[in-house]
Amino acid sequence: MLDNLKIVFHQGKQYIPNVRKAVVPGIFRGRPVISLQKVNEAELIDMCPTDAILGNPVRIDLGKCTFCGECAMRFPEKITFTKDYKLATNVPERLIITEGTDQPVEIDPELVRNEIHRVLGRSMKLRQISAGGDNSCEMELNAANNVQFDMSRFGIDFVASPRHADGIVITGPITKNMAEAVQICYDATPEPKIIVLVGTDAISGGLFKDSQAIDRNFLDKYPVDLYIPGNPAHPLTIVNGLLDLTRKLK
Amino acid sequence: MNYISIKNNQTILLKDIPESNYESFYDMIIELVQGHIARHCVNYFGYRVGNNVKLICGIADDSTHEILVSTCLVNKAHELESFSAQLLCFEKFEREIHENFGINFIDHPWLKPVRYAFNRDDKSQTIANYPFFSIDSEELHEVGVGPIHAGIIEPGHFRFICNGEQILHLEIQLGYQHRGIEQLFIEKKKLAQRATLAEDIAGDTVVGHGTTFAHVWESLSGFEATNDIEFSRTLAQELERIAIHVSDMSGACTDIAYQLGNVVFGRLRTPIINFLQEWTGNRLAKGLIRPGRNKFPFTLALGERLSQVLDIFEPEFNEMAEKLFKLPSVLSRFEHTGIVSNADAISIGAVGMTARMTNLNRDIRSSHPYSMYQELNHLPVLKRHGDVYSRIQIRREEIAQSLAYIRKLISDIPLQASTVPELKTPAPDSFCLSLVEGWRGEICHCALTDKKGELMVYKIKDPSFHNWLALALSVRNNEISDFPICNKSFNFSYSGHDL
Repeated sequence: MLDNLKIVFHQGKQYIPNVRKAVVPGIFRGRPVISLQKVNEAELIDMCPTDAILGNPVRIDLGKCTFCGECAMRFPEKITFTKDYKLATNVPERLIITEGTDQPVEIDPELVRNEIHRVLGRSMKLRQISAGGDNSCEMELNAANNVQFDMSRFGIDFVASPRHADGIVITGPITKNMAEAVQICYDATPEPKIIVLVGTDAISGGLFKDSQAIDRNFLDKYPVDLYIPGNPAHPLTIVNGLLDLTRKLK
Repeated sequence: MNYISIKNNQTILLKDIPESNYESFYDMIIELVQGHIARHCVNYFGYRVGNNVKLICGIADDSTHEILVSTCLVNKAHELESFSAQLLCFEKFEREIHENFGINFIDHPWLKPVRYAFNRDDKSQTIANYPFFSIDSEELHEVGVGPIHAGIIEPGHFRFICNGEQILHLEIQLGYQHRGIEQLFIEKKKLAQRATLAEDIAGDTVVGHGTTFAHVWESLSGFEATNDIEFSRTLAQELERIAIHVSDMSGACTDIAYQLGNVVFGRLRTPIINFLQEWTGNRLAKGLIRPGRNKFPFTLALGERLSQVLDIFEPEFNEMAEKLFKLPSVLSRFEHTGIVSNADAISIGAVGMTARMTNLNRDIRSSHPYSMYQELNHLPVLKRHGDVYSRIQIRREEIAQSLAYIRKLISDIPLQASTVPELKTPAPDSFCLSLVEGWRGEICHCALTDKKGELMVYKIKDPSFHNWLALALSVRNNEISDFPICNKSFNFSYSGHDL
C-alpha cells in the first residue's frame, strides 16, 4: 500500500492542465508558413514525396503532407514549420496553406451540423477503425486518452462497439481488404453519426493513393466531419480538433 | 554446396548467386537448416522471370556471421515438394510464394492464403471466405474476433476453437492491412518517397524499417556511412526499443486490470518519444532516417538533454517495475501463461524477443552486427520459460540494457562529418540483403536491381511474418480470457505482416 502511494507521489501531476494552450517541446513540425520569397518553384514542387506542394501561388496541402520537413530544409527562406499543432478542420480547402498567409487552421462553425453540437457537445463516444493504418496514428489516438492528454475529461472516449458509438474514426488509406468492414461498422453506428479522418494516409491516401490495394470509395459516399492531419497526428491536434468540432466556440 | 556466403548489408552481383535445380536446392536447404540451431531462414521469396519464377533463399548462420544465399528457377506448371513438411519454419514463406505465383507445394500442411495481396495469382480467393479449420462437434464451439478489434489497434481476424473456457486451437487470419507497399517501392522513383514508405511499413518500428532500407540503399550505391550517421541510427533504434517496450508493459498491465502499472508505464513512454520530437520533430522519429545523410545531427546540447530525461525516467521506471514484479496478483497472471517451448520456437523459426524468451539466442545485434553494435559488444537478454512473464521480463531487462547503451553512446558524441560522400545511384544487376534487429526482432529487406540500376524487386520481411504462429501456439490450453495478455505480451505487427 505504502509503495503504491510512493509511486503515485513520485509520479506527481502528469496531466496537461490546458490542452488548448499547451506548448509542445523541441522542433515539432506543425502548421507551415510559406513566405513570399521567390524560389525555384519547379524544384520545390518536385522535391515533395507526396505531391503536397502546389504552385502559383505556392501552397501546401496538409491533407497530403507527411511533415517530413524536407522542403523547409532545402528552402528555409521559403517554408518554415511552426509549432502550431491546431491543424484540424471540417473544410478540406482550409487544409491548404497559401504563401504569404499566417492564419490558423480552423473549423468553420457554419458548416458543422446542428445535431453535432446538440447531441455530441458534452459527451461523444467514438469507434476507431484502422484500415491500413501503420499503427502510428493508432498509437497517438491511444495517447490522446492517456493520463497526460486525458481526452476523457471532456467526455470523449473510444468504445468497443459501433452500437455504442456516435461516430467512427478512420486511420489508414482504406485497403481493399478492409473496405467491407469499414462499411459494416459505419452502418452499425446509430444516427446521428460523424466520420473523422486521422492522419495523412486517411485524408488523402498519402503515398498509397495510387496503390492498387486501396479502395477509397467509402469516402465518396458520405460527408466527412473532421480532418485531422499529421503523420502521425499529434495527440494535441486530435484533442483540439475533436473539441473544436463538438463544442460551440465562444 | 551451391550457395554464396555474404555478410550483412553486402551487395553482390545477381549472377553470382549460384543457381540449382529444385531437387538439389531442396536437399541443400534442408541439409543447411535441419538440426542446425544457429541457422535459420531470414527470407525466402520469388519474383517473375518471364513465365518462370525465380526463388531466392537467404539462410543466416549466426555462428559464422554469414548469410548463405542461393537461388532456383521454377515454373508454376510443376508442383514442388515442400520444405515445410520437414521444416515448419518455411510454412509462411511457401504460402506466400503459393499465393503470389500459384506454385503448388504438394505436401505443405496448410497451403492457405497469407494476405490476399492485390497481385495474387488466384483472384477468385477473397478475404471474406478464408478457409478456416472448422469443427464438427457438440461439445466444442468457435469464437470469432475481428477484423476490427475492441481497442484502438490494427485489424486481424482470430478464430478460436474452444472447449468451454479453454482454447484448443487458434487460427489467425491477416491481410486486412495490405497496402501493396512492396510494389510501391518499385513504382515510386524518388528516394524521399521510398524512405517515407520504409518508415510507413510499421509505424511502431519507424527507425527499424527506416534503417534497414537505408542500409540496403547505401550498400547498393557503395556509400559508406559516416560515424555520425551510424551514431544517430543506433541511438534512435535504442530509444524506439525503450519507448515501445515500456508501452507494451503498460498494455500488459491493462490486460490484467492492473491500473497503476497501466497508467505509470503508459505515461513513461511520453518523455522518451517527446525527446525524439525534440531531436527530430516527430514523436515516432518519422523523417529522421534518410539514406546517405544525417538529417538531424545529434548535438552536445541534445546529449545533455537526453541525459536529463533518462535520469528522471530510469528511477521512475525501476520503481514501477520492481512493484510490478513483486505483486502476487500480477505474477499469478503472468507466470505459466501463454507458453511457447524452445522446441516450438526453433521449429517455427521464431526470431527476436519471441525466440529469446525461450532461450533461443537470436539477435542480429550480436550475430550479424551493424551500425555501432560491434563496439557496444551487445549480449542478448535470454529467458527460459517462454511465458508471458518471460516476455515482460525481457522487456524490462532490455530497457535497462538500452538505457546503458544510450548513456555509453552519448558520452562520446561524434562530430558531424565535414564532408559526406555523395550518394550515387544503385549498382546494376545487383542483390543486397540487410538485417536489422528492431524491437520485435529481425527485420530483413532484400533488393534486386535491373541492368540500369533501377529497383526491380523489393522484398520486406517483418519479424512478425513468422512470429505470428508463436501466438497461435502459445494460447493452446489456456483460458480464452488470457488471450489479450498473450497477444499484448508479443505485440506483433499487422501492417508489417500485411505490407
